[in-house]
Amino acid sequence: MTDGQTISVLVPTPLRRFTAGAARVDGTGTKVAELLDGLDARYPGLRKRICEGDGRIRRFVNVFVNGNNVREGDGEATPLRPGDEVGIIPAMAGGASGRRA
Amino acid sequence: MSAVYQDLLARTRAAVREVDAARARDLLEQEGAVALDVREQDEVDQGVVPGAVHIPRGFLEMRVEDALPNRDRTVVVYCAGGTRSAFAAKALQDLGYADVVSLAGGFNGWKGAGLPWEQPRSLTPDQRRRYSRHLLIPEVGEEGQRKLLDARVLLVGAGGLGSPAALYLAAAGVGTLGVIDADAVDDSNLQRQVIHTTERVGMPKVESARLTIEALNPDVTVVGHEVRLSKENALELFAPYDIVVDGTDNFATRYLINDACVLLNKPNIHGSIFRFEGQATVFSANGGPCYRCLFPSPPPPELAPSCAEAGVLGLLPGTVGLIQATEVVKLILGIGEPLVGRLLLYDALATEFRTLRLRRDAACPICGPGAPASLDDIEYTDVACAIPALAATA
Repeated sequence: MTDGQTISVLVPTPLRRFTAGAARVDGTGTKVAELLDGLDARYPGLRKRICEGDGRIRRFVNVFVNGNNVREGDGEATPLRPGDEVGIIPAMAGGASGRRA
Repeated sequence: MSAVYQDLLARTRAAVREVDAARARDLLEQEGAVALDVREQDEVDQGVVPGAVHIPRGFLEMRVEDALPNRDRTVVVYCAGGTRSAFAAKALQDLGYADVVSLAGGFNGWKGAGLPWEQPRSLTPDQRRRYSRHLLIPEVGEEGQRKLLDARVLLVGAGGLGSPAALYLAAAGVGTLGVIDADAVDDSNLQRQVIHTTERVGMPKVESARLTIEALNPDVTVVGHEVRLSKENALELFAPYDIVVDGTDNFATRYLINDACVLLNKPNIHGSIFRFEGQATVFSANGGPCYRCLFPSPPPPELAPSCAEAGVLGLLPGTVGLIQATEVVKLILGIGEPLVGRLLLYDALATEFRTLRLRRDAACPICGPGAPASLDDIEYTDVACAIPALAATA
């Protein structure tokens, strides 16, 4: 839960090694890019997993703000407000068959 | 017949509206009107008014509110000759149904008047017992159970996701289950791949799945495909099936399944898992988005980790695989809100489910305008094993 002043970020399992195992971290920023910059300062390496070198969100990652995919809106320039919830959703391939089907 | 019975029947008839077959037909042509067959199963097996809802007279009061929740609908009740339907119509009126008529002369009169009827394809007595808990649900019922028995579902992968999905789809009576898997059962599979058994280590997974499914439900025909899915065989393999369940473990196959389903216009029931986290959605159905709308391209090879890093809680694919199987059954029955345009996230550690809205991408390379008409020119490079792209590199 957020305190209403910060932005709550859901961290998927594969990125939790950057956040010391935290599944949810708080951040600030008026745009998605700004939020990610702030997070990267606290959790170095996180941003690179989500964004390309030019700052655009990678094509196998989706960022959702309050349940809406920013790819359908303004992408990394999508505005944020305190209290928003940001989800980072990577493509996962696992089906646990252990081998190829 | 006793005088008391005759008197009861006469009073009942006087209390309900009776119509002849021609009038009943006119009523049934009206919007919202429904025929209700109150005969016994062996009579129904001989023929029915098309579209009729069947509730035997003895269960009428118990079941009708589930089957016909709208009490303002016109209900044309019929039996064989018009007596049981008169009592049934009276009972419906007493339950608050506002517009009920009894078909005088019953089904025999209907047939005699040359009106259309049909021979229902009945379940066998064994099937009625096996699926009795389905038959009691109005959203499934006998018609729905027949749809399940007629359905053809293809499971790509008889692994962590495919195992629970196959077991429950078989138990539910999905009549044809195709299984694609080129691997053999390994003892490291048994922590989660519940369709296989210890004594079958080394056996082809397709064969092991067949043994389990056939032991569970002889109604199910298992079609084993002991091959690796490729762009050369995908369209041909998928063509005979109504729905495809993606239970694979690598990006190349997932994109291939997606693209083949889009080209063939078949629903692709997606599930994926990693450690304690699962994702599920229905792609390529009812005009909704596809996998490439969500993830336009797979991660590059340099972000692909080694298979050894993979790991998953053995119970997680059970949950996700059954969500997939449930979506399959909903699509077959045409009930509920399918998981189309929504991505379900499951976090087993937090015990949290979340749903994110997905939209079709107007510029999607495979389901948007200008999409390829075949798989020939698409590259499917296997870049990862069971690991999400982001886990790669330190």
